[in-house]
Order: sequence, then C-alpha cells, then structure tokens
Amino acid sequence: MFARTETSRRVIRPRSKAARRESLWGWALVSPTLLGLLFFTVGPFLVAIYISFTDWSLLGSPTWVGLTNFKQLFHDTVFWTAWKNTLYYTGISVPLSMALGLGIALLLNQKLPAMSLFRVLFFVPMTVGVVASGLLWSWMFNPQYGLLNYLFHFVGLGPYKWLTSANMSMPSIIIVGVWRSIGFNIIVFLAGLQAVPETLYDAAAIDGAGNLRKFRHITIPLLSPTIFFGALIGIIMSFQVFEQTYVMTQGGPGNTTLTIIYFIFQQGFSYLRMGYASAASVTFLVILSVGTALMLRLQNRLVHYEN
Amino acid sequence: MRTNPRTAESETAPAAAAQTTTVNGRRPAKAQRTLSRPAVGRVLVVTSLYTLLIIVTLIVLFPIIWMLLTSFKTESEVNAFPPTILPHTWTVDAYSKILKLYPFLRFLLNSLLISSAVTIGTLISCAMAAFALVYLRFRGREFIFLVILGTLTVPFAATMVPIFAEMSKIGWINTWYPLIVPAFLGNAYGIFLLRQLFRGIPRELGEAATLDGCGPLRVLRNIYVPLSTSAFTALGVVTFINSWNNMISPLIFVNDQNKMPVAVGLAYLNGQGSAIWSWLMAASTLSVIPLLLMYTLGQRYVVAGMTMSGANR
Repeated sequence: MFARTETSRRVIRPRSKAARRESLWGWALVSPTLLGLLFFTVGPFLVAIYISFTDWSLLGSPTWVGLTNFKQLFHDTVFWTAWKNTLYYTGISVPLSMALGLGIALLLNQKLPAMSLFRVLFFVPMTVGVVASGLLWSWMFNPQYGLLNYLFHFVGLGPYKWLTSANMSMPSIIIVGVWRSIGFNIIVFLAGLQAVPETLYDAAAIDGAGNLRKFRHITIPLLSPTIFFGALIGIIMSFQVFEQTYVMTQGGPGNTTLTIIYFIFQQGFSYLRMGYASAASVTFLVILSVGTALMLRLQNRLVHYEN
Repeated sequence: MRTNPRTAESETAPAAAAQTTTVNGRRPAKAQRTLSRPAVGRVLVVTSLYTLLIIVTLIVLFPIIWMLLTSFKTESEVNAFPPTILPHTWTVDAYSKILKLYPFLRFLLNSLLISSAVTIGTLISCAMAAFALVYLRFRGREFIFLVILGTLTVPFAATMVPIFAEMSKIGWINTWYPLIVPAFLGNAYGIFLLRQLFRGIPRELGEAATLDGCGPLRVLRNIYVPLSTSAFTALGVVTFINSWNNMISPLIFVNDQNKMPVAVGLAYLNGQGSAIWSWLMAASTLSVIPLLLMYTLGQRYVVAGMTMSGANR
C-alpha cells in the first residue's frame, strides 16, 4: 500500500510554482492533525514514557527516579490483580459475545421477512451509553428488588448478591459487556456470512454434505478472517474496560473488578501518583501492542484466505 | 477494512453506503443455507426460527424496557417484592424530581453542545487531512499517514496523565476545551475512513475543476464532500454518539456540576449515596432518549459507522 507510486515520485522532481503551492496547501490542510498528534496523541505518549521514570504529584516538577516505578509495579499485587481481572473479563466476554453473535447472525442470515428489523433491534444496546447501561444493569442486579433475583427465584436459585459478591462481581460485569457488544458482532458476522459464495454450499450439497458438515468445512473456514477481525477488535476493546466497573462496582468488592485502566485512573487521579500511573500506562500500551502484533503474526496460520 | 475497486458510475454511493446496503439487507441475503426442502418441515423450521428470534430479542431488549417501566413507577412500587411488570399507577414523579433537584436539563444541554462541537470539528479536520493525504502531493505525505495509522490503537488511557498535566498547565481544567479542541485537531479513525473513500474518487474530477480555477478547498467542498455524503453522515452520527457517551475524559477534566455532560452527570447522580431507583432510571432514560431518537431516524448510518469504527471511542 505504501510502495512508491508514480505520484509520490513526481514530488521529488524539480518543482514548478504550482507544485510548490500544492505542497503548501497539503501541509496547511494536515496541520490541524499534526497539532493533534503533537499535543494529544504522540506527544503525550512520549511524555508519558518520560513521566514513568519520575516521581510526580502534578505539583512541582517531576523527580527522576529511574526504574523505581517499574520495579514497584512488578511487586504490586494490586497491579497484578488488575491484569488478572482484565484478562478474566477479556477471556470470557470476547468468546462469549462472538459465539452468541455468530449464532444470532446465522439465524438472521435467511431470506425471510423482518430479518433487518431484528438486526436493528439487536444493535440498540450499543447506542445506550456505558453509564446508562451500567445503571440499568445495577438495577437489574439489585439483590433485594432486582428483576434477576426475582426470575432466578422462580427456578429455585439464588438470591445472588451479584455486584457485591466477590465471586459474582466479574461475571456480572461480563454480562453487561456481552450485552453491549453483541450487536456489533452480529453485524460483523452477517457481513462475513453474506460474502460466502452460495455455489460452495451447492457443490457441497451435491457431494452429499449435511448442514453440520457444510458449517464446519465451508462456513467456518471462509468466516475465519471475520472471526479474526472480531476477536482482535473485541480484545482491544475489552482491555480498555473501565466505565462499567466505575459506575457499577468502583472496582470492588475487594478489587475483584479493578481493571487495568481503573488501576491507572486510580493511581493518577485519586492518589496523584502521576509517575506510577504513567509507568502502568506504558506497560499497558506495550502489552497491548505486543499482543496485537502477535495476533497479526498468527493471522496467517489461523485464518483461511481465499487467494 | 478492504475497499472494493469501484467504477466511476458507482461513485455516488461510496463504500460506507455500499456497506450499509449489504449490511442492512436492502439487498436480500443471498443464501438460505440451513433450511431443508420439504414444505411442512419448512413451515416448522421458519416458525421456530421466528420464535427463537423473538425470544432472544426480548431478552436483549428487556433491560431497556425495564428501565423505562421502572422510571414510570412510584418509588414504593419500585421497592416492592415481588416486582410488578407494568406500573400500577403510571407517574412522572421521578422525572419531575430529577429535573427539580438536579441540573439535569443543563447536563443534557451541555452534552448537546459538546457533542455537536466535537462532531463538527471531527468532520472538518478529518475531511481536510484525508483530502490532503489523497489528493495533494507533498513530501512526507506517506509518513504522516503512517504516523496517523499508528495512533489508531493508542487508547486514551495511555496518554491521559500527560494530557491532564498539559491541560492543567494551560488552565483548561474545568472547561470544555480539553473535550472539544482535540476534535478539531483530527482523529485517526475518521481520517482513515474518509481517506479510503476519497481514494475511490477519480482525480480527473478535481483536476478539471483546478483547470477551471478552483483552489483545493473548493475541490474538497464542491467535489469530494458531495460525493461522500453517506460516509460523512455515518462518521458524524457515530462521533456524536461516542462523544455523548464518553465518560472518562469529562470525568477527568470537568468538576463543576454546571459544566458536566450527561454521562458524567449520571455517574454523579449514582454516586449520591442511597440509590433511588425510579429517579436513576428516569435520569438514564432522559440521557438515552436523544440517542435512541437518532438511531431510529438514521439506523443504517449508526450501524455502518459503529461497525466500521469497531466501537472506537
């Protein structure tokens, strides 16, 4: 994509007045974006790396402490708990949401009336904001008057404490995450399913393949790029889970829902330990980048491409 | 996301629109894969399919319906066991309490203002950058695009500490500037999306206009923007929704109650000690209504944009 094309080679030729003007316009139009990179993305990220080597409470100037923050992070059990929780959330919510999304997408991928209406409805939770969904689910989970315990009581289960119990708090947060992301997965899988050529199924049918074998040997391999894409996006998003836990549990009870972003937020803005928070941010971004790069590397082995 | 090579004729419906139509099933889904042939069996299969879909839809939508129903109940009915499904007495008491005791209309207005500004800023700055990266030739163009692409995966959490420090240095804490100004300074996802579309627009159109004496800005405004309206709508709608729902940055930058957008206002209400659920559900409903309205009116743009952004915040 970034190979030199004819147009970019032309830039290097002796410039006419018109070319110089064009170049000037080019820089003018990207200049807001360049400022954005400088002050809001790349710049702050580089500064975060610097701050991570300092001790700083926002007041005064940062004191260089070398690797102290990173060493301390390494021995901080709360930091490891935050990672464990984040991986727990990701490891359960991503496959669950994708499996349900694929299942519903298979149901919706029929030449029948009203299928688009269902698709529209499944997407509604996504437009409900994280805070509002956190609140409405807190109400569903309410141990005393909540609807869920009432329903479970019918089948002779519960009452559960949901958000206030150490065992159930993370599963409860996961339920909300899956609920919000399922619409996204349905749309992604539907697009993938509709790209599978029908002739393949016809050919398989002639060879006597049943529905299950068609699904196993045609749908899944041809859908694997979609599955990969959904998983990648899902993992990147789940790693950043914060708002749900902020609204519903404040990381508790006993840090059972403290996620890595929550940890950074807490260290930075509750304890004003900017250096320590930045060290956690840098660690987080490195792990996220390495994870993404690894997944992209594995892509060729896991994903079946037509050509 | 891959772009399909497009012909000049289909230019009026660029990728976003193309994707929406497929995604929305304006074209009937090509395949009907899992059903068996015999007629009686087919009726049975179709019926059970619809039943299953209706049940799943109800399960997914029920929490939202429950929020609405709770907001119209009296607090004593809310705190009754067993719970009632429909309110015995429909009341808007919770709404009037919320509006009277908290500056909730102010929260909504703040969100409207912030999200509108963010949307306008994102559309303008992304259109400018994407156009420059596609149409104008200048040294460093490819490199700039690579850097922008690289920032696509940098989450706000990784940079929030230095940005907060920066903002407090220049005295922007407790103002809307940290929420709005970055939007006017480009956004990787928006630039990426528009660039993909602009690449499908034949250069000759712009060059012809240039020969007629149009400057780059007019080429952008009169040719590139009109040819990609559906993408702009999708990007705009999603930017608005994401900004409306964004909690973490206003949580950090805005402390003054009168300046809070509704997402933080809600979280603030929630933090006010003892939970009065009818009030909280009324407040949540109020915060969601504008978005639900937007979704009802332009669902294909919402779905297209949100899917393409991967729910990018």
